[in-house]
Amino acid sequence: MKGETTIDAFEQAMDKRRVKGRSLYVDAWHRLKRNKAAVAGAIILLFIMVLVTVGPMLNPWDHEIPDWDNYSTPPSLDTGHVMGTDALGRDLFERVMVGGRISLLVGVIATLVSLVIGVTYGAVAGYLGGRVDNWMMRAVDAIYALPFMFFVILLMVVFGRNIFLIFVAIGAVNWLDMARIVRGQTLSLKNKDFIEAARVSGATERQIIGRHIIPNLLGVVVVYVSLTIPQVILVESFLSFLGLGVQEPLTSWGALVNEGAQELETAPWSLLFPATFLAATLFAFNFLGDGLRDALDPRDR
Amino acid sequence: MLNYSLKRLASAIPTLLILITVAFFLIRIAPGGPFDSEKALPPEIEANLEAKYQLDDPLIIQYFRYLGDIAQFDFGPSFHYRDWTVNQLIAQGAPVSFTLGGIALVLAFVFGVGIGIWAALKQNSPSDYLTMSVAMIGISIPNFVAAPILILVFAITLGWLPAGGWDGSIQRMILPAVALSLPMIAYVARITRGSMIEVLHSSFIRTARAKGMPEHEVLLRHALKPALLPVISYLGPAAAAILTGSVVIERIFTIPGIGSHFVQGALNRDYTLVMGVVIFYGVLIILLNYLVDLLYAWLDPRIRYEG
Repeated sequence: MKGETTIDAFEQAMDKRRVKGRSLYVDAWHRLKRNKAAVAGAIILLFIMVLVTVGPMLNPWDHEIPDWDNYSTPPSLDTGHVMGTDALGRDLFERVMVGGRISLLVGVIATLVSLVIGVTYGAVAGYLGGRVDNWMMRAVDAIYALPFMFFVILLMVVFGRNIFLIFVAIGAVNWLDMARIVRGQTLSLKNKDFIEAARVSGATERQIIGRHIIPNLLGVVVVYVSLTIPQVILVESFLSFLGLGVQEPLTSWGALVNEGAQELETAPWSLLFPATFLAATLFAFNFLGDGLRDALDPRDR
Repeated sequence: MLNYSLKRLASAIPTLLILITVAFFLIRIAPGGPFDSEKALPPEIEANLEAKYQLDDPLIIQYFRYLGDIAQFDFGPSFHYRDWTVNQLIAQGAPVSFTLGGIALVLAFVFGVGIGIWAALKQNSPSDYLTMSVAMIGISIPNFVAAPILILVFAITLGWLPAGGWDGSIQRMILPAVALSLPMIAYVARITRGSMIEVLHSSFIRTARAKGMPEHEVLLRHALKPALLPVISYLGPAAAAILTGSVVIERIFTIPGIGSHFVQGALNRDYTLVMGVVIFYGVLIILLNYLVDLLYAWLDPRIRYEG
């Protein structure tokens, strides 16, 4: 009985110290806030996300129904088309917003798919180690050397152009990096002195995983996610640009850039607006990801 | 070195096999055959067509025959362009694609390395920040966005260069090659800057400076080689990115290269052509990666011994 109370008291004392200590993430947060480029990236992203969500609600036009009086008109407040209309008379602002929803959605969902596959695969390989790990990683190496984009195109050709397939195809091919990173991190964490120390001082397996392994994995995962989303958005735009991605009546920034590129001479605005949104989003994600990496991984500095 | 190169070769072969196998079976489980049309063909004709293209054998026999054909670099007939073989289509497009890709690769590395070194020497100065911000913008603008904008500015508005087509002349190569290499210049610049800064902070550079060596000697004789190592390891992925990028660039500039055939094949569901290009490019990329690895191991002996 008495022994237990001392342990309780000890744990309470540890709890207090835990509150006082600056955790890895508080530190990282402070570093991130000081990085102007990353903060700018975050603000741009937030702005684009809010605009894409709220914009269509405030806009009277529909992304499918043409305005019969205005074909290929330049941006103008008089007609009510702030970004002009395309060759079919559809409001470009509405289309850019709807396309943005799709592009961002594909980016996030496909990244989540690759995250789930990659973390599971990498953690299992790293945790089991030995021969299983060796073979699992060899498989990853073999797949890694494949021409990725051609493979996705092959998938789209074979299974038809379906938006869910885009999620799966991109996610299923993009998990390799995650698997490698998580495996490496798990392997090195497993043998770290502080894990050993925690074990010796009587921490349970659950405490070790919750307090040491997961927080240490979380950093790389966050960085990876922020750098993968723009990659995925880029792949989706690439496919849609070629006409192999999102199909009408849905649209995405890549598909809009493609439409705009075809009306380049008569309606340059139909290229410039979607292109700007696409580039700004990728730009913001890249800066934010870079900032997060610097903030969460001080070794790189 | 020989040992290492054999070891690396052994690991490239399974990749090739996976590539061919997955591509083959993906195509075969695809819904819809190459001879499907609006009007159903009479069964006899369909049987004859399948016999002609040897599609009536068991799948596993078809697979091994395809493997055998590929070993002899025979990708079979195109299903869409009935009078053409895939080999002919690839042979026709390859010189164009390789010229374009080669120019883009050279541009990417010459300008990328140059800009990267320049930024590294001015580390943390306003011009360094400016260059790297511009590089980040360059990375964020995909080449299929940059290409139409370049056309808009230099072909339509200014009228300096032709907007597309291919006749082997330099004027027609400039815009597509620049569009293809822009994101890569930015990327190479970032890698070079990072590694150059790291090298410049290492102790052997300090020693060289302490000895009183002139700064340009320090840079050329000591700093450059180690700083270029990460850039060289990027050669493999860069080549892959060029091949991928050429698919859209050739389409935008209506250039008759392999990439155009590939996209057209994909839209026409020309299975043999798509598969042929995927395997052709796959082999090329694997081969390039292999060569780059060897080059890297030759330059950095640590790699060889680690295994």
